[in-house]
Amino acid sequence: MNRVVITGMGIVSPLGNSADAMRESLAKGESGIGPIQSVPHDGLIIKIGAEVKNYDPAAHFSDKQLGLMDRCAQLAVMASRQAVAQSGLNFRDGLGAKTATIIGAGVGGMQTLDESFHRIYAEGARRAHPLTVPKLMISAPMSHITMEHGLTGPSFTVASACASSNHAIGVAYQMVRSGMVEAAVTGGTEAVFCFGSFKAWEALRVMAPDTCRPFSKGRAGMVLAEGAGIFVLENLERAQARGAEILGEIIGFGMSSDAADIVLPSVTGAAAAIQACLDDAGLNPEDVDYINAHGTGTYANDATETKAIHTVFDEAAKKIPVSSTKSMHGHALGGAGALELAATLVAMQGGFIPPTANYLEADPACDLDYVPNTAREGTIKVAISNSFAFGGHNAVLAIRR
Amino acid sequence: MIDERDIFEIVAKQAKVEPSALTGDVLLSDLDLQSIDVVELVFAIEEKFDIQVPYSPSDQDTAGISFKSVGEIITAVNKLVAEQHPAKA
Repeated sequence: MNRVVITGMGIVSPLGNSADAMRESLAKGESGIGPIQSVPHDGLIIKIGAEVKNYDPAAHFSDKQLGLMDRCAQLAVMASRQAVAQSGLNFRDGLGAKTATIIGAGVGGMQTLDESFHRIYAEGARRAHPLTVPKLMISAPMSHITMEHGLTGPSFTVASACASSNHAIGVAYQMVRSGMVEAAVTGGTEAVFCFGSFKAWEALRVMAPDTCRPFSKGRAGMVLAEGAGIFVLENLERAQARGAEILGEIIGFGMSSDAADIVLPSVTGAAAAIQACLDDAGLNPEDVDYINAHGTGTYANDATETKAIHTVFDEAAKKIPVSSTKSMHGHALGGAGALELAATLVAMQGGFIPPTANYLEADPACDLDYVPNTAREGTIKVAISNSFAFGGHNAVLAIRR
Repeated sequence: MIDERDIFEIVAKQAKVEPSALTGDVLLSDLDLQSIDVVELVFAIEEKFDIQVPYSPSDQDTAGISFKSVGEIITAVNKLVAEQHPAKA
């Protein structure tokens, strides 16, 4: 079996549009959450979100490209350009056929759908724009990444709600590990900031009106985010042979399903995925020195995730720093796992443990070390990153420096 | 004041029981309603009475509104209708 390393990373996020910008924000504990700019507030109860800022589509794409790309595809392609450039790989000299493109997305081209339906139902338009379907397809971001870089190998999109990115990265990891492909471009994307989807999320009553306070007493729910994180994976021998810079190694992937409830999380299911990941990586509980939590900031998730960590790590649980970087970059749904893997990698590189921002005081149901509010100096050698989706689909990645 | 029968009907429909099986003292937790069922129940009440209910599943006493029993729901909806539609109250 091949060892699998990360040689490229691209980030377009509420914490900035590069790995350096994200590292700086995480180290300072700065939050990207604020009043929403891209959706009119009139008629909204929840008026905050974590948006990608300083992004001018016309500076990155031609008019023709923009006509074909929903925002979720634009963010994904931008992140993929950073990742591929950093890797130094050229996929057009034969490598493209031996490279997989596996991208996670939770809902896909929501802005396109929202605009089109508004035109038809509210404005009485008699026809939809002819490019509506190719823009709204959940697989379109992945399609555009293959075309951008000449990736002619296996390609598909993974949808498992908030675990989509981790499932995509995990599958890409397994494909490189098994030798099925030599490299992979993988990660996730989401961009759901439009009136219709905000109303839908509000109705679930899991959204915080103020900010995201994972694991804290007084937490009121999640904060929606948009963003994309894309990585280039390749087998270690190949990366070493060409002298590539290695950003980290993926060493394990675990999955499970709750088979229980469409919205409520389960301790058993979450713990099973974490345990499966440790087993896959050959790790003991005490080997893990950082957990990037799913940590949505909802009442249910944070207490359940805490119990799951206790279940798996037992006596080691209270010694391991656990943080939810969603407190700063928000919850990017299908893009969440990719942003969190990026956050974990930049923290590994930067020699610090990212904090859980907006933390007020301890909740008796959440009794781990959540690195409240301030980043901590420290070396992360081995980390895991949790994603637990609506529907009970759990996916956990393990990485090593 | 609202017609209490409307609340009994909405709760009964969500809990899949007959309205006659309910009294003001019946707790939602005794009706085997999960948090998502209560979110749906609150939605049905908001639609029926054209009100906004400041309800959060993580805090059952949000903004002084308690939704633990059928009687509490009736009290809360009367209060909210009075606040949000003074003419109807």
